Amino acid sequence: MAAAGGPAAAARPEAIKAIPIRHWGRWISAVIVVYLLVALMFSFIKNPVVEWSVVWEYLFKPYTLIGVGLTIAITFACMVVGAVGGVALAVMRLSENPVLSWIAWAYIWFFRGTPVYVQILIWGNIGVLWSHFYGGLPFTGIVFTSVSSGPLVNNLFVVGVLALGLNEAAYAAELVRAGIISVDAGQTEAASSLGMAPTLTMRRIVLPQAMRVIIPTFGNETISMLKTTSLLAVLGGAVELFSRMQQVYAQTLQIMPLLVVACIWYLFITSILTLIQARLEAYFGKGFGEKEAEAAEKRGAKRAQRTLISSKGRAGSGYS
Amino acid sequence: MTTDIPIPDGGHLLDAETVAAGPAIGGQPMVKAEQVWKSFGKLDVLKGVDFLVQPQQTFVLLGPSGGGKSTLLRCINHLEKIDAGRLYVAGELMGYKERGSVLHEMKARDVAKQRASIGMVFQRFNLFPHKTAIENVMEAPIMVQRVNRKQAEQEAVDLLTRVGLGEKLDTYPAQLSGGQQQRVAIARALAMKPKLMLFDEPTSALDPELVGEVLDVMKQLARDGMTMVVVTHEMGFAKEVADGVGLMDGGVLVEQGPPNEVLVNPREERTKLFLSKVLA
Repeated sequence: MAAAGGPAAAARPEAIKAIPIRHWGRWISAVIVVYLLVALMFSFIKNPVVEWSVVWEYLFKPYTLIGVGLTIAITFACMVVGAVGGVALAVMRLSENPVLSWIAWAYIWFFRGTPVYVQILIWGNIGVLWSHFYGGLPFTGIVFTSVSSGPLVNNLFVVGVLALGLNEAAYAAELVRAGIISVDAGQTEAASSLGMAPTLTMRRIVLPQAMRVIIPTFGNETISMLKTTSLLAVLGGAVELFSRMQQVYAQTLQIMPLLVVACIWYLFITSILTLIQARLEAYFGKGFGEKEAEAAEKRGAKRAQRTLISSKGRAGSGYS
Repeated sequence: MTTDIPIPDGGHLLDAETVAAGPAIGGQPMVKAEQVWKSFGKLDVLKGVDFLVQPQQTFVLLGPSGGGKSTLLRCINHLEKIDAGRLYVAGELMGYKERGSVLHEMKARDVAKQRASIGMVFQRFNLFPHKTAIENVMEAPIMVQRVNRKQAEQEAVDLLTRVGLGEKLDTYPAQLSGGQQQRVAIARALAMKPKLMLFDEPTSALDPELVGEVLDVMKQLARDGMTMVVVTHEMGFAKEVADGVGLMDGGVLVEQGPPNEVLVNPREERTKLFLSKVLA
């Protein structure tokens, strides 16, 4: 075993044991920061206004838990609306058809150009604007059907999802568009040269590759959306977590404890989403991860079995 | 590490029946370019190119970079629109319908149909990175020609085996060498059973020691009777397999003819100059 050294191999010198630089500044600043932080926390925790008994009382109350569930449901529904709308808008925006492209541009211009808070209020008051929805020919007085806007306006869940989802679609559209543009032009050329029409190329070749760029960013948007749902409190219902907390403290005046309850739940859910997000980024950042290679190998093994079974049929089709 | 099976000696890339039948184009030339002009903005890239490629022939386009070779190739399958002249593949005008003396632009879907029978191989391979080798080959037959999955899979296995990649069916492009990727790309184009294959500098992005494996596949393809238009800098390939050679410079086909004339006894000074530099 010692023979591996060879004639030129000298003995390895002793490893360097130097005294590391002492970062005194870091230690001192850390102590100061910790001291201030503890003082701040102490004054908050010990503050009589933050009634911890009330916090505990409301933290797991069914009324609160339902609010948490509603918040998650609204977030999910908004992101579905946003994703579907975003892909559609992005494809329209990049379309050669100037009508589609212009419609998408105008949509994005409006929904990104006005505050989401104002948009929520507009949706909340849509019933004032239109008491009925008419199906007919504008300016002619011809009406085929007419539906009261009441069921829509009174369902704050639907109003909330429309307001936030349609807003999200405008932002998602720009994300998707960036993703589509990031796909190499050679991919489209290769697909066209194989006779794939533009729609097919988009669906089978460009979008799947764009998704690698889009999905991690979309995770961030979801986390952001979770918090934005709290703006729906302006509609006055009890349709998500924060509006429920508001409803409670409007009556009990225990403002701070209920805000703490809301914060605890928001932090809890965003932390979980951040963990999932980190996983997503690791998965999609890798490009072609081991998981995909493994899955492909499995598919290959299955094929090998099938070909073994049908090998009799194939043997005859050879040529030499 | 490569574990490729070498391409079997005399292994054909095209089915015997396909070659024997020949493309049914009724005695027409496979490619006919008449006074093709193309400009990008104010820059004229092609200035009146005429050439013919007969079925089962290999035409090699040589010349300096920027001479218009690749643009001409891309015009053949209408990846680029030509500005003047006419370009026919198998007797069909590419990208336009001629009614009387008026040209009508074709819909994207109809252009796609025309392209489906013209294979193209790119310098940068352009394999679909989210699909394995076999999925790359199966994609267009299934999605465009509506071949059933099982048959497409069998043909893909067959084709990849013939280009020596029978062991790499389920590998993603990122895990393949350049030479292997380019052979997958050739198999992908052949899976559409094209009547014409276009090669745009297929070996220019390869490490020198990988050039041979791709050229071998192309030579076999030429011998099997595929009609090919090849843009390349590989003079050996041109000498060995080309039926016709053209030298492009400044958007013009300076000289064209059989390789033993153009490459051995060129008439034009420009050709002589180019050859002296390339063969030096």
